[in-house]
Amino acid sequence: MTTRVQNTVMPGEPRARRSLYWQYMIEPFLYLSPAIFLIGTVMLIPLIIGISYSFQAIELLNPFDTGWVGFENYLKLWSDRKFWIALENTFWWTFWSISFQFFLGLGLALLLNTQFFGKRLFQALVFLPWAVPTFLSALTWAWLFNPVIGPLPHWMASLGLLSEPYNIMGDPSLAMWGPIVANIWFGVPFFAITLLAALQSIPGELYEAAEIDGATPWQCFTKITLPFLAPMIAITVMLRTIWIANFADLIYVMTGGGPANSTQIVSSYIFTTAFRKLDFGYASAIAVALLGLLLIYAIILLWLRKKLVKI
Amino acid sequence: MAVARSHPALTVGKYAALLGYLTFALFPLYWLFKIAITPDQLIFTEGTNLWPSALTIDNFRTVLFQTDFLAYFGNSLFVSLGTAAVTTVIAAGAGYAFSRFDFGGKRLIIAVMLVTQMFPLLMIIAPIYKIVASLGMLNSLTSLIVVYTAFNIPFATFLMQSFFDGIPKDLEEAAMMDGCSRFQALRKVIFPLTLPGLGATLGFVFTAAWSELLFALMLISKNEAMTFPVGLLTFVSKFSVDWGQMMAAGVLALIPSCLFFIFIQRYLVQGLTSGAVKG
Repeated sequence: MTTRVQNTVMPGEPRARRSLYWQYMIEPFLYLSPAIFLIGTVMLIPLIIGISYSFQAIELLNPFDTGWVGFENYLKLWSDRKFWIALENTFWWTFWSISFQFFLGLGLALLLNTQFFGKRLFQALVFLPWAVPTFLSALTWAWLFNPVIGPLPHWMASLGLLSEPYNIMGDPSLAMWGPIVANIWFGVPFFAITLLAALQSIPGELYEAAEIDGATPWQCFTKITLPFLAPMIAITVMLRTIWIANFADLIYVMTGGGPANSTQIVSSYIFTTAFRKLDFGYASAIAVALLGLLLIYAIILLWLRKKLVKI
Repeated sequence: MAVARSHPALTVGKYAALLGYLTFALFPLYWLFKIAITPDQLIFTEGTNLWPSALTIDNFRTVLFQTDFLAYFGNSLFVSLGTAAVTTVIAAGAGYAFSRFDFGGKRLIIAVMLVTQMFPLLMIIAPIYKIVASLGMLNSLTSLIVVYTAFNIPFATFLMQSFFDGIPKDLEEAAMMDGCSRFQALRKVIFPLTLPGLGATLGFVFTAAWSELLFALMLISKNEAMTFPVGLLTFVSKFSVDWGQMMAAGVLALIPSCLFFIFIQRYLVQGLTSGAVKG
């Protein structure tokens, strides 16, 4: 980047003579072109190719049987029982993860917005889970849930939550809670960081004025804090929902979608279809279906935000 | 600010909540560390005790000197540092353009960048595999750097933009009046002021690249080119009984990203705050 820009901008050239055309059409793109080029070639072109794959038969294990098949992959998807199970799992996975992450994150942000002893160290330590590489948080939690080396099954058994200390990730009715707990642990700092940033931008005078007028802390929270946070809440909840719905790493490492597909979500199903079966056509069809559902969700949420938030 | 009143019950509740968050955040990491320093023969008998009766560093020694661990570590370091450096330079350029120029297509480009944050990256895993394979770049760390760079550019650009927005325009305009070109003004006046922003972006991208798993799993299959996440996963399935070694490898994997994160988090909140004021 550096050399290109240096060549085109002559040092010492008088600024006043530079034309509008230069300022509006050329110069910004000198700074932007590497970004545009990379996003275009690595993300947008593969996106289009990916959509086109969903109308083809592309199985690497079956290289002679390729070609355009129209909507065949989508028809297969419609009658694929595993896909519908995965869709239901995705819903619960996303719903529980986002709910806990949001409320715990909001609580943490409110705490961090007050003064207390050792705040800087505390903040560094509670944000740490966000820095732990995903595969490692997955392994750590898988280990914690393992009755041989992890304490959690024993604690749950002595609290009466489990009849005996066994691994909940081997139990189809409970297995999803393993990755969900790991995801909550990993995701609380994100909400805390973004909500804290929004909290810090609320003018302090508002609280002083409210206090003079005799408002209770609860009134301050609902009448000042929440309305100010609302735009940030809307955007972070939307982004996080989409990310979590797409987030297969934890599940892939912790349970691999098992036992009996009870933790298979749509995105982990895409990954296993592409990576294990090397059936790229079908994997792309699932991905397009997921993309469509998430777009609908985003549109509904943006519409709600427009109606509810008056900022 | 609002809860500044010192009700004794409220204060106790607050510190209890702080303690709760701290325990939840640190306990898993503590456990990782504890098993790593527990001698092998005690893991099964004392596996669930809070503190082992004897300590050892043998697990770390074995992992470092008798496995491919250091090779994975080196590969990951190369990929993550490469990605962080390239992404930061490119995103700084793009963020500067968004912050200082008004131009045709600006809103469209911003919208496209937002959309890239929303669609499932798994959507493009099959096409990327085929493209990389047809270029003969499978098992190459360079292809990983290119892919990760593209993934991280949009967020890094927005982060850099909010840092540039926090620097008054007058500064570089004054420099340009005095005869600097725009690029000279950027290099001599703006660049030193935006160092914290560059640091935050570097750290953020580094941690993201350090932990990426699925694309690395797809694009790398040779042992000598494996990055840390992929290597550790195969490590786990190969040595599935040796808990102590696995945990020791895990502890070592934590170090770089945690160091970076502690360094950047202050700037991250700062960058998001200045962005939040606008939105």
